[in-house]
Amino acid sequence: MSAAEDVVTEGQAVEAVPKRAMTLGAGTSVVVLLLLLAVPIFAKNFIIFQMTMLLIYGLAVMALNILTGGSGQFSLGQSAFYAIGAYTSAILMEHFNVNYALTLPVAGLICFAVGYLFGQPALRLSGVYLALATFALATAMPQLLKLGFFEHWTGGVQGLVVTKPDAPFGLKMGQDMWLYYFTLAITIAIYVASVNLLRSRSGRAFMAIRDNEIAASAMGVDVALYKTLAFGVSAGITGVAGGLGAIAVQFVAPDSYTITLAIALFLGMVVGGVGWLPGSIVGSAFIIFVPNIAESISKGLSGAVFGVLLFLVIFLVPHGARQVAIVSQQLIAKLKQR
Amino acid sequence: MELFTNQILAGISTGAIYACMALAVVMIYQAIDHLNFAQGEMAMFSTFISWQLMQWGIPYWWAFLLTMAFSFAAGIAIERTLFKPLAKAPILTQVAGFIALFSIINSCAGLIWDFTIKQYPTPFGSSPFLGSQLISTHQAGMIGVTVLLLVALYFFFQYTRVGLAMRAAASVPESARLVGINTSWMIALGWGMAAGIGAIAGILIAPVVFLEPNMMGGVLIYGFAAAVLGGLTSPFGAVVGGFLVGIVENLAGTYIPGVGNELKLPIALALIITVLVVKPAGLFGRPIVKRV
Amino acid sequence: MFSERLCTAALAAVSLAFASDHAFAQQKYDAGANDTEIKIGNIMPYSGPASAYGVIGKTEEAYFRKINAEGGINGRKIAFISYDDGYSPPKAFEQARKLVENDEVLVLFNPLGTPSNTAIEKYMNTKKVPQLFVATGATKWDDPKDFPWTMGWQPSYQSEAHIYAKFLLKEKPDARIGVLYQNDDFGKDYLKGLKDALGAKSSLITAEESYEASEPSIDGHIVKLKASGANVFISITTPKFAAQAIKKLAEIDWHPLHILSNVSASVGGVMRPAGFENSQGILSASYAKDASETQWDNDPGMKKLYAFLEQYYPEGDRLNASVVYGYGVAQTLVKVLQMCGDDLTRANVMKQAASLKEFEPDTLLPGIKINTSPTDYAPIKQLQMMRFEGEKWEQIGGIMSGELTE
Repeated sequence: MSAAEDVVTEGQAVEAVPKRAMTLGAGTSVVVLLLLLAVPIFAKNFIIFQMTMLLIYGLAVMALNILTGGSGQFSLGQSAFYAIGAYTSAILMEHFNVNYALTLPVAGLICFAVGYLFGQPALRLSGVYLALATFALATAMPQLLKLGFFEHWTGGVQGLVVTKPDAPFGLKMGQDMWLYYFTLAITIAIYVASVNLLRSRSGRAFMAIRDNEIAASAMGVDVALYKTLAFGVSAGITGVAGGLGAIAVQFVAPDSYTITLAIALFLGMVVGGVGWLPGSIVGSAFIIFVPNIAESISKGLSGAVFGVLLFLVIFLVPHGARQVAIVSQQLIAKLKQR
Repeated sequence: MELFTNQILAGISTGAIYACMALAVVMIYQAIDHLNFAQGEMAMFSTFISWQLMQWGIPYWWAFLLTMAFSFAAGIAIERTLFKPLAKAPILTQVAGFIALFSIINSCAGLIWDFTIKQYPTPFGSSPFLGSQLISTHQAGMIGVTVLLLVALYFFFQYTRVGLAMRAAASVPESARLVGINTSWMIALGWGMAAGIGAIAGILIAPVVFLEPNMMGGVLIYGFAAAVLGGLTSPFGAVVGGFLVGIVENLAGTYIPGVGNELKLPIALALIITVLVVKPAGLFGRPIVKRV
Repeated sequence: MFSERLCTAALAAVSLAFASDHAFAQQKYDAGANDTEIKIGNIMPYSGPASAYGVIGKTEEAYFRKINAEGGINGRKIAFISYDDGYSPPKAFEQARKLVENDEVLVLFNPLGTPSNTAIEKYMNTKKVPQLFVATGATKWDDPKDFPWTMGWQPSYQSEAHIYAKFLLKEKPDARIGVLYQNDDFGKDYLKGLKDALGAKSSLITAEESYEASEPSIDGHIVKLKASGANVFISITTPKFAAQAIKKLAEIDWHPLHILSNVSASVGGVMRPAGFENSQGILSASYAKDASETQWDNDPGMKKLYAFLEQYYPEGDRLNASVVYGYGVAQTLVKVLQMCGDDLTRANVMKQAASLKEFEPDTLLPGIKINTSPTDYAPIKQLQMMRFEGEKWEQIGGIMSGELTE
């Protein structure tokens, strides 16, 4: 209260993840891919549905990873972009009879634009202030969706029911299984694209900004451009996830996209390992299955059990699943040496 | 014009709620440089403890003092057991810890006291204040206590050794350690004080909004917003911020046609963000100069 | 020869009778039912913003425990599987799929919340699993033509609003109405009902204030409503905000005619915390008996409820309307299952549910009965208005129907 200014040597808000460690090794990737392809053939429809949701939330967490882990910008507002993507798909499908697959690129583009625009005022904010701004966006979204002004398209508080698509070309596949493979294909495509993005020059720019914004700017990185770009890309991917979510759940309503979702995605990112893209699936599994586990342990205290489990995870592996992967990699390397 | 004054006064009275919470938020920020998401839940739990004590027959002011002691101790205990081990972990992981704490406290409160609302007494009475029908004596009392707290905090930070040590530990931890300040315990102390202030906030707020496990959820957002608006380094700013948020929200709801009523919170938040863009450290905060 | 034919005929007749008799006693089951067990699924908000209603699930679970202890239904025990959806539609959808596809329940009973039920309605009807006695008053659940597997239970919000409108038109034609409503399906449904029933006189509504469930306090809205000069205050609010409104009205010394929506007309949950002295003269309507009213102390139905609570759910507060609600709707389900006999197919469950005639659960007001038919999926359509006097509700007027045309 007496000093005129606070001079701060800012430690990294988001820790650096070396580029090499950003993805899984080739062997592990193949194994995971085979698993993801094979499981639906043996599983019940309900499990296939849960796995579809796993992929969808995994996409959303990955988008957050690019934003926070990649470019170091805090966001507690991903649920807003998810909602925009979901409603875009729903409105296009139900009011304009657009084919479900075509709604996804539209959802992605619209969310990219919204994210890019939101990134502009967010440029001046960082750390806890940016967190608050994104938090504000997430809290505002359900109320915006309920606005009487938009009610004709959004269905207001009642929401919109979405028709589930059938497998195309008369393929003999159940709706759930088709939707799963469709989602899997999109997820893989976006994952590969994201990895490439982070390995590219833009990706390096992101990471330079994350590690030390002032130094990056001094070295000629166009901080404004890349920060807003990161927001845009992240929002776009989240929008696609939202669209897929709307199709999988067959329903959109303002109550589906509250701040609880944004917090869940954030937790998914932390548990998976900030900045480690493959961890997004682990984080997504955590936020889908652990609440169910908590509920089966104790209905009355399900929230407390969830909190305790979360604490356990962050005590054991503060850096998330990435830490587990690094440790196992080291173990395997040691075993190989013998 | 009358409607305008009415809304300003109503805004001041809800603003008092936000100001209380904002003080607790700033307190914890001073200690640990982060916002604690579980602050509201800790305040709620403390308020329930005091309610339970009164249910068991303990008079109001004794219950109040006991709760203060309990909250202070609990704040320190939580910090020592749950967050000290996480001190070396990345910030994001610590935030996840706050969220976990939120979940645990909320769930436990729901199990112990269930989710139906409970009446909470006020020492100030509920009659109209100075004849005004818009501010009750309780709300006036709330404003008074908040201002008192603010003054007390100011004296604590400016004129006591412990206060100085806490400020040093928060802003320049290495230098503080060099002069012999136990920074680790300063953090614990900060948690304890924040928990205590939060308890006071909860006890003041409960008579207005009614006591139940979810009572602080909405208040916390406003508390954050108010603290950020006023400047996270300035308790005075937090209180001013609280009142401003209350007033702006009410005026927006009344005068912005069509959507004003349905978008009260988003509009208030949007205004705060605009202020932040212009003054990144908040209205009364110290500007932060970042060095490479 | 003749006697031979007679013998054959007699033999044929006997075997025919035997065969049809056997067919009569044949059991038919869908997934979720067998000789010893009936699986009932349920979705409740045990966490999140609507967790206060979790009490309903707990009451129902206790009630089914009582039924099982007394021998079950036609010799079969009820397995009650209840999941938490946190009042989130996607979660509700997931839990519904889990109950139908994983746990393979016979019916989904009393899922709570309009958003959650809207999310699962299409799925339930596609899968042809009964979505029975949904715990929401939204008017849209009475639609057997489009959604033959979905049925409500409590009187719809619109029909309750119709009753208030009719009352006002008759008793206070010079009303200036100020409405406070929650900005969600519940509040909007009510408001629509009010406006529909006021019809040409909907201009009597001079001020409308909506609030979000996430707002800490609605005091500012009350101030605005008073400033509008209203002399009737209609409170379309959930318990916490209803109590805040009652308190604020007293604080600012505003005494309009106060009409309170039935969901918040709970003595234990609202009037007592808000202060009995502040709640005098409040009007509402109800379809169930309230334990605060001493006139029901010796009522056989309520005595059964109190005995049940003491033995199976002692933490349950009889003054909490959710507890009374859970008991009543669970009793209705048991009746339907009993009517199914040994034909425990989902189709038959819906058929029996749509054939309830003059059924009186223990907890409904005398004169209010449950009636359904294949074209009428609104089990309870009647309400009686009541006024709060002293520390309890007093019935006024007669049983009223919520239909618009009356």
